[in-house]
Amino acid sequence: MARKAGTGKGVREETLGKIGNLGTAVATAALAEHDPFVDVPMRTISNTTYSEARRLLQMGDATLRRNLFNTAQARKFMQTVLLSKGCKDLLEAQKTLSLRGMYYKSLHTIAGTNEKTFEDQEESDGILEDIEVALATLRENLHLFAKKRGTMVGNITVVDNGDTIDCRHMGTGGYAIPSICEPSVIQFGKCEAKFVLHVEKDTVWSRFNEDRFWETHNCILTEGSGQPPRGVRRLLYRLNKELGLPIICLLDCDPWGHYIYSVIKQGSINLAFESERMAIPDARYLGIRAADFERCGLSGDVKISLNDRDTERAKQIAEYPWFAKKKPWQKEIQAMLRNGFKMEVESLITKDISYVTEVYVPERLKAKDWLD
Amino acid sequence: MEPTPDVAMTKPATRRRGASAEEMSAQQREISVSEFFAKNRHLLGFDNPRKALLTAVKEAVDNALDACEEAGILPDIRVELLQRSETRFKVTVRDNGPGIVRRQIENVFGRLLYGSKFHRLKMSRGQQGIGISAAGMYGLMTTGQPVLIISKTHKKKPAVEILLKMDTSKNRADVVSETEHPEDDGIFADGHGTQVSIEMEGKYQQGRQSVDEYLDQTAIANPHARITFVTPTNETVDFKRGTNELPPEAKEILPHPRGIELGTLIQMLERTDRSQVGGFLQEEFSRISPSVSRDICAKAGITARTWVKQVGHAEAEAIYKAIQEVKIMAPATDCLVPIGTKALLSGLLKEVKAEFFTACTRPADVYRGNPFLIEVGLAFGGELPKDELIRVIRFANRVPLLYQQAACSSFKAVLETTWKNYGISQSRGSLPEGPIVVMVHMASVWVPFTSESKEAIADYDEIRKEMKLALQEVGRKLGIYMRRRQRMRHEGERRSIFERYIGEISQATEAITGTSARRIYDSLLKVAKRKTEEADAVLDEEGRRVKDADPLRKDDSVIILPGRAPGAPEADEAPRSGKVQGKDGLFGDDEPRSTRKRKGTV
Repeated sequence: MARKAGTGKGVREETLGKIGNLGTAVATAALAEHDPFVDVPMRTISNTTYSEARRLLQMGDATLRRNLFNTAQARKFMQTVLLSKGCKDLLEAQKTLSLRGMYYKSLHTIAGTNEKTFEDQEESDGILEDIEVALATLRENLHLFAKKRGTMVGNITVVDNGDTIDCRHMGTGGYAIPSICEPSVIQFGKCEAKFVLHVEKDTVWSRFNEDRFWETHNCILTEGSGQPPRGVRRLLYRLNKELGLPIICLLDCDPWGHYIYSVIKQGSINLAFESERMAIPDARYLGIRAADFERCGLSGDVKISLNDRDTERAKQIAEYPWFAKKKPWQKEIQAMLRNGFKMEVESLITKDISYVTEVYVPERLKAKDWLD
Repeated sequence: MEPTPDVAMTKPATRRRGASAEEMSAQQREISVSEFFAKNRHLLGFDNPRKALLTAVKEAVDNALDACEEAGILPDIRVELLQRSETRFKVTVRDNGPGIVRRQIENVFGRLLYGSKFHRLKMSRGQQGIGISAAGMYGLMTTGQPVLIISKTHKKKPAVEILLKMDTSKNRADVVSETEHPEDDGIFADGHGTQVSIEMEGKYQQGRQSVDEYLDQTAIANPHARITFVTPTNETVDFKRGTNELPPEAKEILPHPRGIELGTLIQMLERTDRSQVGGFLQEEFSRISPSVSRDICAKAGITARTWVKQVGHAEAEAIYKAIQEVKIMAPATDCLVPIGTKALLSGLLKEVKAEFFTACTRPADVYRGNPFLIEVGLAFGGELPKDELIRVIRFANRVPLLYQQAACSSFKAVLETTWKNYGISQSRGSLPEGPIVVMVHMASVWVPFTSESKEAIADYDEIRKEMKLALQEVGRKLGIYMRRRQRMRHEGERRSIFERYIGEISQATEAITGTSARRIYDSLLKVAKRKTEEADAVLDEEGRRVKDADPLRKDDSVIILPGRAPGAPEADEAPRSGKVQGKDGLFGDDEPRSTRKRKGTV
């Protein structure tokens, strides 16, 4: 028999209540012959503030009213109500769906027209994020998940929807981090690891896994396929909060690597409403550092020139309030801009196949040479 | 210009040079008008076979219309082109007019410059008395065939059939044969009428400047006329009536003093029956009262009692100058009969498949002492071609002008109008672009044509100014419509956007809340309708009254057929001509237009 998936009863009832309120507001406005609307909090940098005290990004109070009787908003309004209904179905059935699944569930041709309810999944994904913030709930609570991305291996045992998974015996592939990593789905078991090393992508992760780095250094090894999805961030948060494990990041030396670190540490602008349950203010940035080119004696071949977009992005990041007051970070970004090139983690392979796992990371860890 | 020596030595040259006045006088003789035009037929519009065919039809139809109107008969005209060989046609035009009395037939059809219209100042189609006789002459010259005329003046009188042959040297015609048909031979259904047949060289080709186009435009400007056209391929085209009201008869007027030139004045002084100058001025001109007459004479240094015989060249010149200085009332304008906005609209409506029609009749004005009046009609959208320059159709006293567009005052007036103000694109120095037909009509007791073939209106400032004012007036209405159409389309889109989503929203909301989707749907639909009331008003098929203050709705000079607008719910059949006339609602505002449209279609 299929297990019931998704959130617990309390959360589910609460979320259903919120969807019900949205529906009632629409029905009431309609019957009163008013223009129905949904207020959607704005997910823009202008509506995002950095809390110095809590060291994370927070969403402001600004909302955008989405009306039915506005040509520019009518379609989005329809989609909002339609997807809200889709989520209600999901919660009542106690099943979960991927974002893509929900897109298909709500996809049909509007009666009497040849217009589809959605042009593509992107359209529905955006609306689902709107619903999430409008209802002040979480995607997980709506029983939705994203495509799986991210891998984990290391000295820890987890229970995933009732199945015990020993991350010490995951072969070359590792444990695929699920999209929903809520306590109701994943519980932590035995854990000997002392820290988590998060690397940018799975090519680097494979190098570390093959060299059994997590075994020799008693840690957990994760990767997030570039910008880590919510599941990975939520898992890292819980490893940090619940098990007290420090999170140390090994990312590329370029503005994108810097921003991945920023998202892990402070939260993202788009999902600022989730910072509280995802941001890890104590995360550390181990490398790659701008100084590593000389320090490690790398060959000139690994340099990748900074283009205009990179330079611009680097300057933007330097001005983010959560970087602005950190002198080491300002120096780091300036050093990169002075170099005029970026470096990927893989550039260390030019020294030796296992240089990164055997020399670079151990030395940095030992020296506690990281950025905050 | 020295002749070369050997030529100079030849005998003929020597003799010619030595020709005496006596000898030369032998060569000198009167040239008849007919002879002159026979040699200069291009002046009358017979320059090539295609144009000749058109001109012949045009002259005959113009005469027929004039005759019918003068006799107070609703014109019913039949035009038949019979192709004899590749380049030879028999043109037959029959009308239901009063017919022509026997003794005048030779004069009307056989003499150039013979007619009732040249010597008077009265608005009519023909004005010089050249047209139909020239056509007959052209026929005779190109085919050798005489003109066949059948005339019947009364039900109880026999029809007369006459074959006429022009004698160009004498400017008159000889009767080749004459037959009476005592029995009604049935060709004149009304018991009276005229039929003229001319066999001539010609070329029939449809398209611009064709017989078809001429008849087409004639039908627009003469919605009271029914015209049947039998083409050389034996197809019958029927131009139905748009109205059963005959235009009122035009009054004849005396010349206005400001309109004449010195030479004409002298001529009039020589010919007058009046013996004193005062009487001459008062009787031969319009708008000269005894006091104005005295003023003129005083200014000219004579008195009203001065004998006309004593007026020499110097005095005549003084009178002429005085006329220009003395204040004289503008000529009476009741001599002009405009087509009228109502008839203009019904003419356009039945011949042009557009969605928006407007027309305007300007008050009369005067050029060179001749009263005139400008009317403009405009049709927009519908099936008119979108990416072409607009079409200008020109009329003078209801006669279409098909040639020399660029030389015409009306064309210049269209160019000089700033169409961009009305939402129509126009490149500098060229006609505007868009699905538009503009019709310009000049009505006058004397239309100043640039040539005898009556193809273009001469460019007098007063005329062009009036044309521009009329164009601006219809342009403004078009502009209002263009903006409204834009808005309508926008509103229409809005409504359909809302309506298409309301169903989804109601069902989803029912699924969430349990409130009946039907109720939510109906309520939301009400809001949608309210929000887009304007779009509703235009598209409404149920005939709900419109509350908005749309200036075009109350305007009698505007007709809008929403069914022909692009994107209309269903492309309705155009209203049939003949059924849109009268007060059945086309011009009032008591019923919604869509209903009217249906009425017209039934």
